[in-house]
Amino acid sequence: MATPASSAVLTFTEHLPLLAVAVPLLTAPFCVLFGNRNIAWLLAGLASIASCLFSLHLLLQVIDGDIISYHLGGWAPPLGIEYRIDAANAFVLFLISGISSIVIPYARRSIAHEIRLASQTLFYCCYLLCFAGLLGVVATGDAFNVFVFLEISSLSTYVLIAMGAERDKRALTAAYDYLIMGTIGATFFVIGIGFLYMATGTLNMADMAVRIADLEGNRTVQAGFAFVVVGMGLKAAIYPMHLWLPRAYTFAPSVVTVFLAATATKAAIYVLMRFMFSVYQPSFMFETHTLTWIIIPLAVLAMFAASLIAVFQQDLKRLLAYSSVAQVGYMILGIGLLNVTGLTASIIHLFNHGITKGALFMVTGAFVMRKGSSFCDNLAGLGKQMPITSGAFVISGLSLIGVPGTAGFISKWLLVTSALEKGWWWMAILIVGSSLLAIIYVWKIVEILYFKEAPEGNTAKEVPYSMLIPMWVLASVCIISGIDTDLTYAAAKAAADGLLGAGVVR
Amino acid sequence: MRHHLILRVITKLIVPPILLFALYVQFHGDYSPGGGFQAGVIFAAALILFGIVFGLRKVKRVLPPWLVIRLAAFGVLLYGGTGVVSLFVGKAFLDYSALAAYPKDGQHYGIIAVELGVGIAVATVMVAIYYAFASRPPRINDEDW
Repeated sequence: MATPASSAVLTFTEHLPLLAVAVPLLTAPFCVLFGNRNIAWLLAGLASIASCLFSLHLLLQVIDGDIISYHLGGWAPPLGIEYRIDAANAFVLFLISGISSIVIPYARRSIAHEIRLASQTLFYCCYLLCFAGLLGVVATGDAFNVFVFLEISSLSTYVLIAMGAERDKRALTAAYDYLIMGTIGATFFVIGIGFLYMATGTLNMADMAVRIADLEGNRTVQAGFAFVVVGMGLKAAIYPMHLWLPRAYTFAPSVVTVFLAATATKAAIYVLMRFMFSVYQPSFMFETHTLTWIIIPLAVLAMFAASLIAVFQQDLKRLLAYSSVAQVGYMILGIGLLNVTGLTASIIHLFNHGITKGALFMVTGAFVMRKGSSFCDNLAGLGKQMPITSGAFVISGLSLIGVPGTAGFISKWLLVTSALEKGWWWMAILIVGSSLLAIIYVWKIVEILYFKEAPEGNTAKEVPYSMLIPMWVLASVCIISGIDTDLTYAAAKAAADGLLGAGVVR
Repeated sequence: MRHHLILRVITKLIVPPILLFALYVQFHGDYSPGGGFQAGVIFAAALILFGIVFGLRKVKRVLPPWLVIRLAAFGVLLYGGTGVVSLFVGKAFLDYSALAAYPKDGQHYGIIAVELGVGIAVATVMVAIYYAFASRPPRINDEDW
């Protein structure tokens, strides 16, 4: 047995890529050992905040284009597992851990309301596992490790969604649906990795990229691409593969919906980007064709069809879920446009949509807490009864539409710029056109909240501060990152440069 | 199962060897085929067999449900904790060389600790799954609605 090569003593800062993932992962069993829901909640919060600080530190280190590599077990890559942090995944790590740090304070009261006492400790354990899984998917530089973490996060997600069964039994079938679709997705993904391993003999993504460079015509490599795209497409809910998403988001406990909507599909889209630009090269003919003739039409279809379906929904959660499918369309459109601006738009939209949808689903969770459900009929007149909550809805709703001065505007502006750079003026029109649909469904809710009279004797009071403050933190981030784009734009630009730069090895 | 005398006698005879064999597979995992996963499943198989033949109530007295999920968490922690130990001496996560003066010994101790964690977690999770299915209330018949 060969001994591991590295012998230098590592400092705390050098362990950060690992700690960001391992801290939540190892906090989860502690929650079970203590067996107390308050301690579990506290531990989940501390782990999220620690992870968020670590990720922020990493992001600031790599924002200038550096790459941090951490070798698990001291085994050097490509043989050992490597955590490889560059601007792209540091940014996504920061998004996921940041959202979690805001969601956990919100979770306490909402969970107390929606999940029975005995399951609450296990809820936080599952939540931490899901959180750690998503972080791991993003942090690792090893293709098979992506699959392992993907399974960790998916399995705990199925449980989290099924916990909605106490409010509505249909959560069980929703979780089962997602289990089937998610397993198919993960299987396709691992088959794709199998093909890649067969062709290149390595699982390290950076090493794969080097070895794949002159294998463009190799059928195995091409088949691997197809499998990876379909597998991750299922996880990311790219339009025709989105069927699990509306049901899962509608019936999951509100907190789970907030967290998943803001992070889970984002991690999947990050993996898609990583494979499309870092492992495979966009200059490959089969990839260019796939992006232009399959991904872009699907993106446009998602933008219109899913928005149109959203307009006709009667349940606020389901409406927002369909809107998420439409927003995924914008993200993959940015990938498909195949230029730096498009990719920047896509990455910044990951962040902007994450905070926007997070805020919107938090508002929905507040309505569910006071009204028992998020059916549109139940929301009439809540604008007067719950003014603070409804205010957050209006602000984040504006960001969802993409009104200037909000986060959503920045990503759509970049997307339009990218389309114009390509000379695709019609695409710019389509992007603006689909935003009009967003106006319709956001306005529909605003109208119900503010301009419909509440039924007689039907009152609702504001939700507790522990829920209002996180909601407003996210809503104000929507505004702040719409006005001051320094951090988000710099990070997204660095990420896009890094991803596309790595793709032009030849 | 009270009237199945043969099953009961055979089970009593066979459960201890199964447990012993599980421990053999566990601790010889680094020399011969085996390791935590296999050992955990074999160990759980003995408990599940006991439960099927002598009843859920009796096996739950051996291994109560609250202990099962805590042991599962403990197994994961043992694995992760082994990795964390190496952080404190400035080595990478899960670098077992840090566990002893000689890297080769360290690798050896490390894999034994990690496999033990895996074994405990796998065995208890298998038992937990069995408990979950076996404790389900009987299905409601169509006439009982």
